[in-house]
Amino acid sequence: MPTVYVNDTPVEIGTKKLNCVQAAELAGVLVPHYCYHPGLSVVASCRMCLVEMGELKDGKVTMQPKVFPGCQTPVKDGSVIVTGEYATKRANTPLAYDPAYKPGDRAKKAQADTLEGLLLNHPLDCPVCDKAGECKLQDYSYQFGRTESRLVDEKNQPPNKPELSSKITLFTDRCIMCTRCVRFTREISGTAELQVVGRGHHEEIDVFPGFPLENKLSGNVVDLCPVGALGSKDFLYTQRVWYLKTTDNVCGNCSTGCSVHTDTNKDIVYRLRARENLDAQGYFICDEGRWGYHYAQSPDRIIRTYTKAADGKLKAAPLGPAFPSMLKKLVEDALYVTGKKAVVVLSPFLTVEEAFALGTAFKGINKDVRLVLGPVPVVGEDDHYPKNAKGEHVPPAKFTIHAEKCPNRHGVEAVLKQLQGELIRFTDVTHHDLNFLWFAGGYREPKWVDMAIPDGWKAPPTLIVQDHFASKLTAAATVVLPATTPFEKEGTFVNHAGYVQPFPRAVKPGTEVRSELQVAFDMAGKKGLATVAPVRDELAKQFPQFAALAELKTTANKKVALATV
Amino acid sequence: MPAESEVTWVEPAKLGLFEQLYLPIITDGLTTTVKHLLSVGSRLTESYPEQEPKLPPNYRGVHRLNKDEQGRTKCVACYMCATACPAHCIDIVAAPAPEAWKDREKYPETFVIDELRCIYCGMCEEACPVDAIELTTLYDLTGLSREQMIFDKEKLLSVFDQTTKAGTDPVRTRSGALGPASEAPPV
Repeated sequence: MPTVYVNDTPVEIGTKKLNCVQAAELAGVLVPHYCYHPGLSVVASCRMCLVEMGELKDGKVTMQPKVFPGCQTPVKDGSVIVTGEYATKRANTPLAYDPAYKPGDRAKKAQADTLEGLLLNHPLDCPVCDKAGECKLQDYSYQFGRTESRLVDEKNQPPNKPELSSKITLFTDRCIMCTRCVRFTREISGTAELQVVGRGHHEEIDVFPGFPLENKLSGNVVDLCPVGALGSKDFLYTQRVWYLKTTDNVCGNCSTGCSVHTDTNKDIVYRLRARENLDAQGYFICDEGRWGYHYAQSPDRIIRTYTKAADGKLKAAPLGPAFPSMLKKLVEDALYVTGKKAVVVLSPFLTVEEAFALGTAFKGINKDVRLVLGPVPVVGEDDHYPKNAKGEHVPPAKFTIHAEKCPNRHGVEAVLKQLQGELIRFTDVTHHDLNFLWFAGGYREPKWVDMAIPDGWKAPPTLIVQDHFASKLTAAATVVLPATTPFEKEGTFVNHAGYVQPFPRAVKPGTEVRSELQVAFDMAGKKGLATVAPVRDELAKQFPQFAALAELKTTANKKVALATV
Repeated sequence: MPAESEVTWVEPAKLGLFEQLYLPIITDGLTTTVKHLLSVGSRLTESYPEQEPKLPPNYRGVHRLNKDEQGRTKCVACYMCATACPAHCIDIVAAPAPEAWKDREKYPETFVIDELRCIYCGMCEEACPVDAIELTTLYDLTGLSREQMIFDKEKLLSVFDQTTKAGTDPVRTRSGALGPASEAPPV
């Protein structure tokens, strides 16, 4: 088995083609880096990852007389890597080095010198910089750098470029020229808006005049920036990062099902960032998902329950202890007479657990109830990247924004097929004469609901709608319930490729909101607070595809191998 | 918790017969009382509120927000004070600085201190990187309602005007140079 020695610790690399940074990561050693990113090409321009290298042959180590950029240097069987942290992180039994060689000294000095160079023109405005607290330059300076600056000359202070893009601003003086953003626009989005202009210490990131950074993946350059040079105007100055609580979540804005970090404070979502997940989407997310969380805090959102009064108008109803049984009685009365004319719509925005719990609850009340897949919003066509200058896609696709704007069509379909053997679509039932309709929505755009309702549609006598925004359906409803966003619930989404992703809850829903799962518990006559775990266990027992979910007691910071549906 | 081996147990000194009488100690105390009774000229009691106390310049009273030479607030809304505050009494809303302010990018749109919640520890003053927040010698803080005791940015800036005009609290630190309120550096 090919073995690499990182600070004397042997690591087996198998058949993988790795560079020093990746090999060291396998050994649990951090090789600091700025310009290297696993999703982008390697340029070795920041010089932060300098390591000492050598080779172990016949029990003897021959070290090279210089330091190497770790990101650009591949490893092979017998490679020896010595990082600047050798003195603190080495294994107990050292390799047979030349007695005159002092392992780690050169690399340590190289790291400190590199940082001094990067900090020459970097302003010390950490207190007003939004990146402070999660800044790699801050972290590595503290860990590997010098405590004092020796610079006596004035720092370069190039002007900021807020006109770079409508969504992104550039603090030019903070840039350390890692060119991650430039490579991203050239390699992943393909739109190539960004470039480096100038020479030497006067290098700057810039756009061509009249061609601002406007593409559907532009927000990723903010994630990629290791310092606070590129800032999202959406998040600028709203929060300091150390106040934020990060939850590993799944984006619910299209069927790609991107893994995201949701940053929240006091139950308000402030920012979404891409989370690396090669099984789902890779390293990046699209702008639609990144900045598409605002509907959760929209003032137009339905945040409490309404019931139809005698005059036909919706009136706010108190959510007292009697409400669940009142709602259950209403549903039971309606379903007692008309099983066949009753329809329960489960939207593709629901989690697998919610669809399953609601489906079994209503089938339990009357087994003739038809479970229907809600309207599936499709906007335009699948958008593949990278693109060329004409805006045409150049295969192979490195990122795809799907036209299907719901996160869980596959999951809800799988549950529906399992529960009643067939899949009924919403368009199949809109022309039927119905007596009862339960609409479990969660549509962030009310027009997607309105578009699915044909002209001259006759509302059934009992219409219960659980959704975010007012639509044609809520106008005709007997009871309107508030819904929960993907941030406000724990659950599981199945993406376009059938990849199953469980996720935890990031924020608490509003106080007057009864979540879909809680309503399902109410309908099934179960008492107490609804939790995902028992539903998951039941789901895993009934559906072999979801069997792996059973072992998942909590989804926080856990990786599980999941089957595809 | 220190280990048991690191702890030295000290026994209280044993009292002799003379100390056990307690009378000498009582006489000692009464002597001091009588001495003060008789010394009419040098009273230790201050007749507050007619006579106001003279406080040391590092007294920790009501906060103020300092202004720079152009009359703008010095604060850059970095939230260091709010982060350092153990009582969570500082609330800041940051915003991009006005276009005309060329020297900074960020400023506090609102800056609110709940003076009732504050424990006057002075951590905010220590945390501030631009010497924008300081505690003054204003000690007699009163109000008729809770709302009056929640100081907003305008109020805190007016405390600056009031205290600098009265001369009680000169601006303490000027870009790193130590002012009258600072302690002498350790030798």
